[in-house]
Amino acid sequence: MLKIETQQENGHDILLLQGEVDASNSVILDEAITKMVTDGCRSILVDGSGLEYISSAGLGVFMSYLEDFQEKEIDLKIYSLSDRVFEVFRILGLDQLIRIYPDKKTALSS
Amino acid sequence: MKISCQTTALSQLRVFLKKALGEMNMSDIDQHQITLAVEEVCANLIIHSHKCNALDYIQLKIKQNPGKLIFEITDEGKAFNMLDYEVPDLDKVKGEKRKGGLGIILVKKIMDEIEFESSKGTNTCRLIKWFQS
Repeated sequence: MLKIETQQENGHDILLLQGEVDASNSVILDEAITKMVTDGCRSILVDGSGLEYISSAGLGVFMSYLEDFQEKEIDLKIYSLSDRVFEVFRILGLDQLIRIYPDKKTALSS
Repeated sequence: MKISCQTTALSQLRVFLKKALGEMNMSDIDQHQITLAVEEVCANLIIHSHKCNALDYIQLKIKQNPGKLIFEITDEGKAFNMLDYEVPDLDKVKGEKRKGGLGIILVKKIMDEIEFESSKGTNTCRLIKWFQS
């Protein structure tokens, strides 16, 4: 099950992911990000502390936006991933393409 | 385990794998990655070979041999041999803004051996992970 919440904080849009992202629900993540972009957000912070699992379907959603984010100068940062979820980003090399931080404080100050 | 060809069955697959792998002596990260690799293969079959037809099934068997763990996935859909699939470059995936293609990269990076055979309409994909025992 996946639960997504969005919050706004000092010009940042925070996306809180809770649960598991797989091929059955990655479209919800996609829609949430699309809405943030449509609403004109400049900075997306993904709080991954509640993210227990993410398969390629979910990782692919992030990948598909990277080029657009670069063009539109939208900042994407992910923080507080568990070790096992971070390891999946690392295996794919996504840690080289997406800025990932250990916690929110570090993400905000970087 | 018999898996119905719908994406909502993937969470049941994870529950099954968590229980099966939990009984084996392996790290949390290994369990997580193996679960992911098996799920990626099943998700590919469900979506691409069976077009999410819930009446179709795929079968998963786990075999424990000395030093290795074998995940045997069989189905009767359109054969897809991931060994023939050229893994896309990550920058290419990014440039094309596409969402697919990452699953097979994960499977190839996580598993130590992959075997595929197709005979009389039945396809078998074997994912093999080596262990020191």
